[in-house]
Amino acid sequence: MPQGDYIERSIKENGRRLDYEERKRKKAAREVHKHSQKAQKTLGIKGKIIAKKNYAEKAQMKRTLAMHEESTSRRKADDNVQEGAVPAYLLDRENTARAKILSNTIKQKRKEKAGKWDVPLPKVRPVAEDEMFKVVRTGKRKTKQWKRMVTKATFVGPGFTRKPPKYERFIRPTGLRFTKAHVTHPELKCTFNLEIIGVKKNPNGPMYTSLGVITKGSIIEVNVSELGLVTPAGKVVWGKYAQVTNNPENDGCINAVLLV
Amino acid sequence: MEIDTDTAVEKRVIINNVMCLLTDPDGAPLGAPMYLPQNIGPQQLQLIVNQLLRNEEKLPYAFYISDEELLVPLETYLQKHKVSVEKALPIVCQPQAVFRIRPVSRCSATISGHGEAVLSVAFSPDGRQLASGSGDTTVRFWDLGTQTPMYTCTGHKNWVLCIEWSPDGKYLVSGSKSGELICWDPKTGKQSGNALIGHKKWITGISWEPVHLNAPCRRFVSASKDGDARIWDVSLKKCIVLSGHTLAVTCVKWGGDGVIYTGSQDCTIKVWETTQGKLIRELKGHAHWVNSLALSTEYVLRTGAFDHTGKHYSSAEEMQKVALERYKAMRGNAPERLVSGSDDFTMFLWEPFVDKHHKTRMTGHQQLVNHVYFSPDGQWIASASFDKSVKIWNGTTGKFVTAFRGHVGPVYRISWSADSRLLLSGSKDSTLKVWDIRTRKLKQDLPGHADEVFSVDWSPDGEKVASGGKDKVLKLWMG
Repeated sequence: MPQGDYIERSIKENGRRLDYEERKRKKAAREVHKHSQKAQKTLGIKGKIIAKKNYAEKAQMKRTLAMHEESTSRRKADDNVQEGAVPAYLLDRENTARAKILSNTIKQKRKEKAGKWDVPLPKVRPVAEDEMFKVVRTGKRKTKQWKRMVTKATFVGPGFTRKPPKYERFIRPTGLRFTKAHVTHPELKCTFNLEIIGVKKNPNGPMYTSLGVITKGSIIEVNVSELGLVTPAGKVVWGKYAQVTNNPENDGCINAVLLV
Repeated sequence: MEIDTDTAVEKRVIINNVMCLLTDPDGAPLGAPMYLPQNIGPQQLQLIVNQLLRNEEKLPYAFYISDEELLVPLETYLQKHKVSVEKALPIVCQPQAVFRIRPVSRCSATISGHGEAVLSVAFSPDGRQLASGSGDTTVRFWDLGTQTPMYTCTGHKNWVLCIEWSPDGKYLVSGSKSGELICWDPKTGKQSGNALIGHKKWITGISWEPVHLNAPCRRFVSASKDGDARIWDVSLKKCIVLSGHTLAVTCVKWGGDGVIYTGSQDCTIKVWETTQGKLIRELKGHAHWVNSLALSTEYVLRTGAFDHTGKHYSSAEEMQKVALERYKAMRGNAPERLVSGSDDFTMFLWEPFVDKHHKTRMTGHQQLVNHVYFSPDGQWIASASFDKSVKIWNGTTGKFVTAFRGHVGPVYRISWSADSRLLLSGSKDSTLKVWDIRTRKLKQDLPGHADEVFSVDWSPDGEKVASGGKDKVLKLWMG
């Protein structure tokens, strides 16, 4: 690196070579070929670095060309028309997708006639009687064994009163009585805490249905008035069936899936 | 009253008299205070009022004592309320519409045709034509006689959000989500002129200049999300920009006195003058977005020169004269009233020409107020809210009258019948309900839509109701 300005001084005083411009022009023209030769001949890591730099420049050049080619006139069908049109007063609001009436009433009637329901859990593990009940020994010498205590979650209606303790065979402890269930809507994927109206069917047998025992797979009827569903005839739907999906005696709560 | 025929002695029933003062809705007395027997009821009071005012035809009136309607003989009312007979009892006589609209009860036609949800429906001011705008970017005209589609008008590039008829019925303007407005000729279904471009975001509302200010109708104002409103002139193709709002303008109304009211998401309402687009007044008070505005003379401004008689006028000057008469009769001496409904769950009643501050604050809703509407005679205000109820308020004082509950989803739009006796509401729960104002109860439930109802309209002649919603069909209901 020159220390000082003697080079510039001499250029200023004596001028440049007579063929300086031509030589400069021709050297610049040869640069391109030199660059290409270097890129082809260099091996190893240096070659890779050169190739990477070249590629980046090529991509940038392509981008600028595409930008210049874009015309200023707007083309038709530029803004795509989206689905789900809403009126102006709903445009700035995020609306949570709400539950519609999803099943046809005719289909429902047909299903009810056939007695078959499309349930999310068609098969459940059968619960044996000794798992369901615990034998309670009573009497002065604790020899009588005719009483049973239910070990699973139960539902008793709001107007429930126990039979006189001397005569009741099945004890349903208050700790295992539930009134509400966490019901998930299968399409909306949102869960509501809804009141239970009754136990429709327990897959383990009609005795358990009549007792109101809720195990995994049993069908319960829940109060859906807060969902705001309306039938095509204009009536408000307030009760729907749901199937229990967990073991309530282990979790302490009833999780169910709404049957639509 | 028992008459003992045997003894031929008349048993006299003592009928007490009470001093009454009959006044009209503005408070001016109709005559001197007079003694009236206590056993008279509304029918006899009607005869008296008709005589006092020397009406040629017997006009119907409704009577209110301290804002409660008088439906029973005076005697029963006095006993129930223990009103003192020392002072003169003021009875307000409210004139009712001469014609009576039948409530709609059945769906006469379900017309499909739109490819996407129907976003707005509107009857023409004479009630003979129906137009609807939809998410499939078309505006369609429907033939009411055969209940079939008439014209399909394409031209918009995105959802058609608002449509509005001119008060003389000659044009229909539609605004879309891409910010353009197109003027259509309803007789041919063709576009008249080019699309009016200027707004940068979607159109939220359109309002025409009233006929009595300028006939034939040429100017209208459009509001957009980009924060300004524009006054367009259809024949000159010019526009005046009313800028001033900082956030989206949600609704716009052209008042009968020649000013424009705009309500915006920046919680203010601005009043503009129309020749140069200058701001006259700013009405502040709301705490959240202003969703909807309504004027006390709105129905008269919308229908222009047409009324329930169905008369048609040939020349524009005649229309202007008749419209001016109707407007003056509607307005009386009182200043124009404006009600605004907001996201802060309250509504304000303003008298913009009198005061900058609101006249009354109307609270009571538990969710945002989506739509407010004055009754055609200006007596009541109805408000539809997302808390599933429709509330009725007194049109002059803003006092709460009653709430209509019955919907199970947010109520989106309401529409009055032309005689102000029935109110129609459309909701997200896919039903329409007709409410009776006099009995304050649900008159008719109109289920049938498969999905949310976005827009309802009652034709000005009262014959039909049209509703459209997310299920892409237009339903016509008849009585």
